[in-house]
Amino acid sequence: MKVKDLIANLGFESVHEGEPDREISSVYCCDLLSWVMGRASADSAWITVMGNMNSVAVAVLADISVIVLAENAPIDSAALEKAKQQGVNILKTDKPAFEAGLLINNGL
Amino acid sequence: MSALEMRYEVPGNDFTRAGEASSAIKNKLKQMGIPPGVVRNVAIAVYEGEINMVIHASGGTIDVFVDSDAVSLVLRDTGGGIPDVELAMREGYTTAKEDIRSLGFGAGMGIPNMIKYTDEFKINSEVGKGTVVEMKVYLEK
Repeated sequence: MKVKDLIANLGFESVHEGEPDREISSVYCCDLLSWVMGRASADSAWITVMGNMNSVAVAVLADISVIVLAENAPIDSAALEKAKQQGVNILKTDKPAFEAGLLINNGL
Repeated sequence: MSALEMRYEVPGNDFTRAGEASSAIKNKLKQMGIPPGVVRNVAIAVYEGEINMVIHASGGTIDVFVDSDAVSLVLRDTGGGIPDVELAMREGYTTAKEDIRSLGFGAGMGIPNMIKYTDEFKINSEVGKGTVVEMKVYLEK
């Protein structure tokens, strides 16, 4: 499944589409950045409520396909700017992390 | 003498720029045609080190050496040093303050991740003088 399919088929809302054709191969949920760095697989959809600059850096460095902000968690403007510069995909949903993860996983 | 040597300065206490050195290193290695798996391992290990320098040591330097068999990293700071390195290497142990933790750091996984994603890891720390971390990721497993 591609990042753009989350928007078109599963009702996720676009915050920034840096690379909408990027493939998603798994799902990872966590808000602690070092856990994400250490455990999330490359090309995963990462579900979090942590919308800061450092989340964007983690997504870039760990080759994460898309950041999904659960429960409409906010992203600060510096982080959004960084995501635009680096071509990072960011989506949001009103669903809690577990439900969002389940939805994506069922679509894989 | 390495095929390529690069040095990056990490500014301290600046979370808006934390990760810039790691991103630059990642891009450079990618451009050089280093295998993606190796690039990712280096990026993760060096980011953890960079973040530690920002949080605990008011910055430092990162030296990168690319050779035909491995990418080597030397992270050097002149911060307060680590009183108990054994303890700092343990998963879940952290001395990060609440404000840092609220940014998503301080899970106590920094050094464990550096060990997990590198083939060689060495740490030397002296209280009051600083810390030197040396890491190596082999190009072929």
